[in-house]
Amino acid sequence: MSARTSEPPSRIVELVEESQRRARKAFRLKAAATWIALIGGLFLVLWLTHNIDTAWIEEWWQFILIGAPITIFLSVTSILIASVLAIFGAMGRLSRNPYVFGLASFYVSLVRGTPLIAQIIFIYLGLPQLGITLDPITVGIVALSFNYGAYMTEIFRAGIQAVPRGQREAAEALGLPERLVMRRIVLPQAFRIVIPAVGNDFVAMIKDSALVSVASAQELLWRAERAGTRTFHTLQAIIIAAAVYWILTIVFSYFQERLEQRMARGDR
Amino acid sequence: MTTTAGGYQPGSPLPHHVGEVIVEARGIEKYFGRNHVLRGIDLVVRRREAVMIIGRSGSGKTTFLRCVNFLEEPTAGWVEIDGLHVEAAPLHARSRAHQEQIRQVRLRAGMLFQEFNLFPHMSVLGNLIEAPTRVRGIRRDEAVATAEKYLDQVGLLDKRDEYPARLSGGQKQRAAIARALCMEPKVLLFDEPTSALDPELIGEVLHVMEELAHEGTTMIVVTHEMHFAREAADRVVFMEDGAILEQGPPEQVLNAPKDDRTRNFLRRFLED
Repeated sequence: MSARTSEPPSRIVELVEESQRRARKAFRLKAAATWIALIGGLFLVLWLTHNIDTAWIEEWWQFILIGAPITIFLSVTSILIASVLAIFGAMGRLSRNPYVFGLASFYVSLVRGTPLIAQIIFIYLGLPQLGITLDPITVGIVALSFNYGAYMTEIFRAGIQAVPRGQREAAEALGLPERLVMRRIVLPQAFRIVIPAVGNDFVAMIKDSALVSVASAQELLWRAERAGTRTFHTLQAIIIAAAVYWILTIVFSYFQERLEQRMARGDR
Repeated sequence: MTTTAGGYQPGSPLPHHVGEVIVEARGIEKYFGRNHVLRGIDLVVRRREAVMIIGRSGSGKTTFLRCVNFLEEPTAGWVEIDGLHVEAAPLHARSRAHQEQIRQVRLRAGMLFQEFNLFPHMSVLGNLIEAPTRVRGIRRDEAVATAEKYLDQVGLLDKRDEYPARLSGGQKQRAAIARALCMEPKVLLFDEPTSALDPELIGEVLHVMEELAHEGTTMIVVTHEMHFAREAADRVVFMEDGAILEQGPPEQVLNAPKDDRTRNFLRRFLED
């Protein structure tokens, strides 16, 4: 009919793709502009209320920022110990031995049923009454490992159960003893399944590690609080600490997403 | 006319190629809850014999095969493989002694599954040498040599270092066969090895199995492939409702079945 205006179909497909590409780019630009406006607005408010004190920042930024590597150290150490606890916890939750099962389910229930901050205070201030005194960083590591170990027990349990039954059967049919079936066949596959969830927990732990400041562990939040209250600059100090947590979680979330995508692609 | 539990007429001579008894299962019963799925199965398989079990789905043939190596604990009966006698022990199925006996049975009987069940986190070679090195304690280089021999036999030597995800279904099942052979079992148990395969991939697996049968590998095969059973079986066993109804040479069971129910099954099957 309107032969004059009609384009060949291949050209139309190109035009559609081009406009979609442009729309996606515009969307991203506008979203980024919103972020910049919000952050800029925040700074403006702080500046207008005379809450940005460059001399103070110059004096204190190092003191606060030294907390960042301590926070990372706390989190990395704790997630590793929590993973080990979670492997044993998960095997306990799946055990046919009633005592082992009882112990594992008690651990998970107790830890998940009480606040993390109560656990930290218990270890920091309660244990000394039983004659066990730990330094603040150790308190933090013990509390975070113990707490996350319980949550991750459930992740690992689900991961072990997600390994197809046929895998276990094939290994048993080859004559592998139970211990090797678990160690060589089931656990390696369960690890691949739980890695994204563990990464997720790690990012959550970076933030939860701030709670160990109540045990005087000199990590990021403790330092910010100390620097702020000593000089009546709490608002600035806390904003700096928050920004650092935020950046850390953005960085680790990025790696975690990449890892997740790689896992989703399947085997190599 | 009755057949013995071994499948041969009383007094009639055994086929000349078969040897001594490798697998003997007697009085195998199995309940799933209150559901009676195996009602006293007797089966004797001799060295170099290829026995194919046919029957409609739900007849208990897969359950029986899984009872032979105790992937299912029989409710009653016993199994003897290459002289190792194991009684069903449903009340003490988890006991250490029973589990160890079962493991010894499994070292004598290789199993192939519908879903192949290769280990996805290991290369093909890793799959093949895992059990020989860790269970049999064979040195790694010896295990690799054996693995390569069997990979060559199933035509997958060039896939040695691939991961299972890179293989087609037919290649996976052939790799699984090589994995079972690496343990040098006395008998191979096949549980519908081609049921999960695309039609165009079935042939390559059946070809490998047929070669094994002709070489004299002792095997029990649960299958729906009637043509394959006709070609490769020494004996066909027809199961229905958890019992063996009829067994004998393939030409007899498949062409001139004595039992109405066998005839019924075959007619419907050949129509499909």
